[in-house]
Amino acid sequence: MLVASDLPWRTRFAITAARTAATLSRRTGRGGGSMIGGRIAAKLDPHALQHLARGRTVVLVTGTNGKTTTTLMLSRALEALAPVTTNGDGANMPDGVLAALAANTEAPFAVLEVDETYLPWVAERVDPAAIVLLNLSRDQLDRVGEIRKTEREFRSCVEKLADTVVVANCDDVLVASAAAASKHPVWVSTGQTWRDDSVACPRCGRAVRHHPQDEMEWDCVCGLVRPKPDWVLDGDRLTGPDGVAHRLQLALPGRANAANAALSLATATCVGVPLPQALGQVRSITAVAGRYQRVPYDGHAVRVLLAKNPAGWYETLPLLNPGDPVVIAINAREADGRDPSWLWDVPFERLRGRRVIASGERATDLAVRLRYAEVDASAQPDPLRAVTSLDAGPVELIANYTAFREVNARLGDAD
Amino acid sequence: MPTDTSKVHIGLILPDVLGTYGDSGNATVLCKRLEWRGIPAMVVPVRISEPTPASLDLYVLGGGEDDAQALAADYLREDAGIQRAAERGAVVVGVCAGLQVLGTSFTTSDGVVHRGLGLLDVTTKPGERRSVGEVVVQPDPRFGRQPLTGFENHMGASSVGPDSVPLGQVQRGTGNGDRSEGAVRGRVLATYLHGPVLARNPELADLVLGWVVGHPLPPLEVPEIELLRQERLARRRAR
Ligand SMILES: [Zn+2]
Repeated sequence: MLVASDLPWRTRFAITAARTAATLSRRTGRGGGSMIGGRIAAKLDPHALQHLARGRTVVLVTGTNGKTTTTLMLSRALEALAPVTTNGDGANMPDGVLAALAANTEAPFAVLEVDETYLPWVAERVDPAAIVLLNLSRDQLDRVGEIRKTEREFRSCVEKLADTVVVANCDDVLVASAAAASKHPVWVSTGQTWRDDSVACPRCGRAVRHHPQDEMEWDCVCGLVRPKPDWVLDGDRLTGPDGVAHRLQLALPGRANAANAALSLATATCVGVPLPQALGQVRSITAVAGRYQRVPYDGHAVRVLLAKNPAGWYETLPLLNPGDPVVIAINAREADGRDPSWLWDVPFERLRGRRVIASGERATDLAVRLRYAEVDASAQPDPLRAVTSLDAGPVELIANYTAFREVNARLGDAD
Repeated sequence: MPTDTSKVHIGLILPDVLGTYGDSGNATVLCKRLEWRGIPAMVVPVRISEPTPASLDLYVLGGGEDDAQALAADYLREDAGIQRAAERGAVVVGVCAGLQVLGTSFTTSDGVVHRGLGLLDVTTKPGERRSVGEVVVQPDPRFGRQPLTGFENHMGASSVGPDSVPLGQVQRGTGNGDRSEGAVRGRVLATYLHGPVLARNPELADLVLGWVVGHPLPPLEVPEIELLRQERLARRRAR
């Protein structure tokens, strides 16, 4: 890849240095390289992000759940028009975002997953053409803290971006409140019914009212009201602003992925990809960063799923194949949140009667939770040993963030 | 309103507002520990805008963010179901925001002072920084022998007045902010500890259940819980 010659010398130098560091880091086996590369580039040129984004169509994707999947869907869709640079590895802190922009300075499109905490910082620098706001729910309680604060930060961020289209999930009260401050909102009804994190209105603190007849409708006495959707997802049918309905027919399972697809398709259409073409691209996705596909391991076909918070589990439990044994791996490192109390908000009772193994560094916390759910589970802290201990055949392995990354890396090595 | 008096009714109060930290787990733990001993029990969730029945045996209040906590306090103060129940001797357990709401007043980070339910002699003001991490507490001997383990995540600095006593003394972590942790008055007990606290500390769960059924409960052998306690408390010694 070349470094575009119209970039300032300082940025060019920063990118070259970052690439060298990234290559070294990969060779020495220290990691994917994007984080260290980004860190070096940012240090050498504090304006690198601005320079690298200039003249390109940048789309940012953020929210609690579905960032990596939506980013992949959207970059596939935009690839129908022109090359795209993206942080498909999920490195969504400023370092990773910078590394993705530097990785291909010629691509006219950049689709970037951004950690919720850094959305305002990144958006201010890259002047995005569009921002996708997926959802906001509790995640990593001890780190991100108050999601209401995140909502306020999103709100003031999109308010300042005069030309940015904000594609937002209008069924998520917190997202809708934030995106309503945008001058160019595009509303997508994803059919989301997870509400546990938005009982108090983000604008006034009073209770949000849900319509007794129509469970999707909500409002508040302060005047905040569910925006009228431009796009509506109903089961597998997505209806656009032109009133034409399309079947999604995704290869990826579950409601959450259908919601991610609806938001991706609405955004791709805004950027100029004809819907049928975008849909064809999105349908071709069969796995996302190691998720969903079956990996052979020691006589087992392991399907690895990521669920890192109650809202994620709410979408994941219905995906599990009835009868297949389940290994659940839970860590509580910095990136997972140090407090695994959220396990008690997951209805593990639904796993009663199944073969379940509690795993991960916090296997014992999970084992206690499962005991109280009256699920007959054993414990094995090593997720792959847990798989090995099961009879040959399909296994559902659900892991939270760092446990998932570790399992994926080890399954990759075993291939 | 529940009428089946043969069952112990455990009120899970405002799970939709004060349920941020897996707090429904405390109600689950209480219910199962009764059932496993052959005492019928059920969890009664009371959501916002529903009146709180004053007839329940036990009330559990959990944690929430500032806005949610203020909303809950306003609602429960007006509703007065818990206060009436506490007056006739019902057991009330509060965790984190629940502790602050049960107190006389709390100040949110925006400086606004909110009145609490006044069931505990506790006032809470914003502390200097957020306290996040594992906590170990040596309980007051009246409330247990085994150290309490939990996870805290709050900004509040709470002071316990003469009408209540702390639940225990902090050995690791912040708790109330003055080395004391939690507060108790009669059968109203509150703590900053998540985990949920009753899942990690069966002795505390059985203490409040003993108050409900009127006699101490025999211990239950649950190996996973013993292992979890060993793991959590071993981390303390390792430091
Ligand atoms: Zn409102």
